[in-house]
Amino acid sequence: MNGLTSWFEYVVDNWDSILETTWEHAQIVLTVVLLATVFSVTLGIVVQRRPTWRAMALSVSGIFLTIPSLALFALFIPVVGIGNAPAMIALFLYAILPILRNTVTGLDGVSPAIVESAKGMGMTSMRQLFVIRLPLAWPVVMAGIRISSLITVGIAAIAVLVGGDGLGSWIQGGLTRLGLPNSVESVWVGTIFTVLLGLILDTVFATIQRFTTSKGQRI
Amino acid sequence: MMSQDAKIRLDGVEKIYPGTKEPAVESLSLDVPQGEILVLVGPSGCGKSTTLRLINRMIEPTGGKIYLDGEDVTTVNPDHLRRRIGYVIQQIGLFPHQTIAQNIATVPKMLKWDKARIHQQVTELLEMVGLDAETYGGRYPKELSGGQAQRVGVARALGADPDIMLMDEPFGAIDPITRDRLQNEFLRVQEEIHKTIVFVTHDIDEAIKMGDRIAILGEKSRIRQIDTPERILAFPVDEFVADFIGSGSTLKGLHFEKVDSLELDPYPTMRLSDPKEVGYRGLLADPRHDWLLLLDDERRPIRWVNEQDLEQDGDITQESGTDVAAKVQTGATLFDTLEQMLISSAGVCVVVREDGSLHGVVEMTHLNQVIRRARREAREHYERLGAAS
Repeated sequence: MNGLTSWFEYVVDNWDSILETTWEHAQIVLTVVLLATVFSVTLGIVVQRRPTWRAMALSVSGIFLTIPSLALFALFIPVVGIGNAPAMIALFLYAILPILRNTVTGLDGVSPAIVESAKGMGMTSMRQLFVIRLPLAWPVVMAGIRISSLITVGIAAIAVLVGGDGLGSWIQGGLTRLGLPNSVESVWVGTIFTVLLGLILDTVFATIQRFTTSKGQRI
Repeated sequence: MMSQDAKIRLDGVEKIYPGTKEPAVESLSLDVPQGEILVLVGPSGCGKSTTLRLINRMIEPTGGKIYLDGEDVTTVNPDHLRRRIGYVIQQIGLFPHQTIAQNIATVPKMLKWDKARIHQQVTELLEMVGLDAETYGGRYPKELSGGQAQRVGVARALGADPDIMLMDEPFGAIDPITRDRLQNEFLRVQEEIHKTIVFVTHDIDEAIKMGDRIAILGEKSRIRQIDTPERILAFPVDEFVADFIGSGSTLKGLHFEKVDSLELDPYPTMRLSDPKEVGYRGLLADPRHDWLLLLDDERRPIRWVNEQDLEQDGDITQESGTDVAAKVQTGATLFDTLEQMLISSAGVCVVVREDGSLHGVVEMTHLNQVIRRARREAREHYERLGAAS
């Protein structure tokens, strides 16, 4: 109980700073997820009907996720220096797979009868894609975007280790000072607010999903 | 029969899939006149769906030419071509994320019709397929039953009022009762709109019911026989066709003749008000018949009466003899008539006019005559064709 009260006091005392770091963290995540979405959805559309390219794209993007995060972050320091840049490049590479895979799966899931009848009515390929196939694949794509953003929120906490911003600074700061006053509280701030940010983002995406999905598609 | 004014003309159309030796469709030539429903029917794998999809180039032909309204459409832009043709498939393929109205408006929208015209068209089409426009227009496909969904499928295909429709087993995924109803309604609508339709089915009974002409396709979509249902039933040209039609072809042929076309022999009758002598005389004069028909004053048949009934004490009344169970009205098919004859113990069927008065009595020999005549006419037709070529 004592610990909890002292933590709340710590939060209140440092509220402005916490809010600022949370906002930095959010910016990193949203930028990465937006770019990853544009890239992965486009790539997914292009490779969905080309089996060899598709397999390659999926396995390469999957391999990125197996590379230990700190190593991948550090890999880009010689290229872009330290700060947010190397972190965001690495986060972008991580964010690709869930969205790419879900784009491909979502497009696969559109009933062939629907595509057949769209084609049979004289829809061009572009029209079929944008009016029929993507909207119908959209719920699955959005699910991929949401997963991707949750992963990104979590891993972005490491950005601080290559000189970047974000809630990771509270965690790292606390860990290096362990034993000194408020160190544990600092770690908890970093952790809890990262989780909270994840929840908020997921709720926002869920709302976007609801408003971009046709009534006829909702179960 | 190659005519320049055929609505749809296939000229030596061929489809060979890459890597295969045998063609899926081998040099098919076919004419469909304006306003006709041509049914393509045949065993699984014969290529009937492939043939259908060659017409709107969902499958591109590897040889031959396709003409619509005399225009060579073999190499035109396929998307533009398909906007002129209605296409209905078995699984329907309604767009689940759009309302019924939006689904039906798909082709008109692509053709850039203005909103008012689209709205009116959607309303008219929904009414035509038997769905209330206000109730169903704003609904989504997931809210519809199978039968309703296929009605919308047909309405959607008619969206931009194409002259030609291609239908690939459209009622195949629907239960038999609803299918029967949809088929009847479709035929009724066709009487108003006179589209040129190519219809694919594997069900010979559906083909007989729906087709103005039927093309029985064999392997590689080779036409084994193409003719009106009546003539094919009366005269299948070879064993393949006969096997495909299956047993009961004569029975099925009975659907196409009406009882009015029969020449019926006079039958002994007497009226309720007549003395018994009239009955006796009638039976004596006609040794072939043991029963006579008792009629009321409006000449409506009420009872079957025989000699024994006449010999009973007392007058002939409405209770005498046995009741008239097997009865049809003029306009009925011979099939319905035969079904009634099976009920009657004497194997005959009474035919009455619309007012209920007696038209005649049908016996088995009359049916024989009709069948033999139909067969003879069909055979002569094919002999003439053979002599001409």
